[in-house]
Amino acid sequence: MTAAAPIPEAPTITLPGALAGVEGVTRVSTPARLDYDFTAGRATTTFLRGITQHKILGEACPICHKVYVPSRGACPSHGVPTSEVVELAGPGVLVSYCVVNVAFHGSVMELPYVGGLIQLEGADMFLMHLIQEASPDDVRIGQWVEPVWVDDDELAPTLESIRYFRPLDRADAVVDEAGHVTSWGPQPKEAPADA
Amino acid sequence: MREVAIVSFAQSRHSRAVEDLNEVEMLMPVTRAALDQAGLEIADIGFTCSGSTDYLAGNAFSFVSTLDGVGPWPPIQESHVEMDGAWALYEAWVKLQTGSIDTAFVYSYSKASSGDLPKVLSRQLDPYAVGPLWLDSISIAALAASAALDAGSVTLEAMAEVAARSRRDALANNEYAQLRFDRPADEIMAEDALVGALRRSDCPPISDGAAAIVLAAGDRVRELSEHPVWIRGIDHRIDPMALGVRDLTDVPSARLAADKAGVAAAPVDAWELHAPFTHDELLLRRALAVPDDAVVNRSGGALAANPMLTAGLIRLGEAARQIAAGEAHRTVAHATQGPALQQNLVAVLEGDHS
Repeated sequence: MTAAAPIPEAPTITLPGALAGVEGVTRVSTPARLDYDFTAGRATTTFLRGITQHKILGEACPICHKVYVPSRGACPSHGVPTSEVVELAGPGVLVSYCVVNVAFHGSVMELPYVGGLIQLEGADMFLMHLIQEASPDDVRIGQWVEPVWVDDDELAPTLESIRYFRPLDRADAVVDEAGHVTSWGPQPKEAPADA
Repeated sequence: MREVAIVSFAQSRHSRAVEDLNEVEMLMPVTRAALDQAGLEIADIGFTCSGSTDYLAGNAFSFVSTLDGVGPWPPIQESHVEMDGAWALYEAWVKLQTGSIDTAFVYSYSKASSGDLPKVLSRQLDPYAVGPLWLDSISIAALAASAALDAGSVTLEAMAEVAARSRRDALANNEYAQLRFDRPADEIMAEDALVGALRRSDCPPISDGAAAIVLAAGDRVRELSEHPVWIRGIDHRIDPMALGVRDLTDVPSARLAADKAGVAAAPVDAWELHAPFTHDELLLRRALAVPDDAVVNRSGGALAANPMLTAGLIRLGEAARQIAAGEAHRTVAHATQGPALQQNLVAVLEGDHS
């Protein structure tokens, strides 16, 4: 080991007289704004067009047949386009959720509210959405939920066409520690009444 | 040093705007083609490295979405650089030097069409003194061009010749290029200035596109390619960030990278210089001591297709393609990034000795 070179002392800076006594700048603010045109692409277009028709369309990998919703266009297991369109019924199982108690910039929700990760029946990937018509205390992993859509004349190519998901009266599914549904549970004896 | 070779190269047909596909959909056919050329699946690859920046499409973590397109599950060894894919290739080359892997996959892509590219590029400037001025990429290039014109390092006539030759060569040699036409230099001399001394023809197109390269080392090289292209030297260097402390009429970091990569050790049959603006090529020719009669940018270069963060990787691919096709034996590829040729990478490529 050789001795480290001594650290040179910072030079003394002498300000011109006109700047004598001026307060140092400790912080600058640099506002920045950039506008972009979002390109949905083939897969997201399929999903969003489906939404305008009151349909939830996933896409399946032609090799492993896993269903992604919404698909971004590629199967991450096989690196191929998700080429098969699959229509999903709508209900799904809550595989994770978060109770939001803190307002953040741009937040429009009344506190507290629940954000949920939902595995739709027939899908292998999760959809994130709001969980409403349920007290945060009653929300649980494994719970069945169903989408509540906007009125048909308000349907638009956005996930906001589904206003939120709400609990469905059906026996809980089994969700493993990794957050995947391992058993969808007993099927309902009769279809729940539509609100 | 472990010998590393480029064994496959693929790129998209570059265009002003790919409007019907998202990034992963645009990228997937290119990564597929590069893997197919080498006869590989992603599971056969030791290390994957990509180059892109979320600023271009305005999508947070877009590089994670595009990774889906190569099939990263079960988990793969993977890395990403917020740089041109040429630097992703450099990282993969370093990884291959460690001897822990024998194959590497490199790709890059960009959809600059989503945003206002000259403005977006201003965000790579220092955020205190220059960034707040929103100095866009064309204005910075114009500053450098004016400095070089004033210093007599370049002339408007020579710049017009570069503009004309690049698009003409793309027309003749490169079906993937975006600007392919025969427009003589005297017509360009008659063009109005766009920004400063720069005419529209002196500027690169805005391009959406992608490219991918497979690297191999050791015994794998011969298994994967009949005509491997060897990376004999590769180096990258950076000039200071502050524009004010740089001599914008020179490219010292490119010269140093070329020196370290061993460019001068033997004659060069063809050069692929990543020169987005016409004066950039002239400055790089001087910095790298390119002979006047050299073959430069037979592909048309970045003036014919300039997908951000990808045009540098394409220079490596084009320089390799010329060797694999038997058009050249020893070529030099150069990549740049940052304002006014700030960061530079140089690689020396060679075919097998006959």
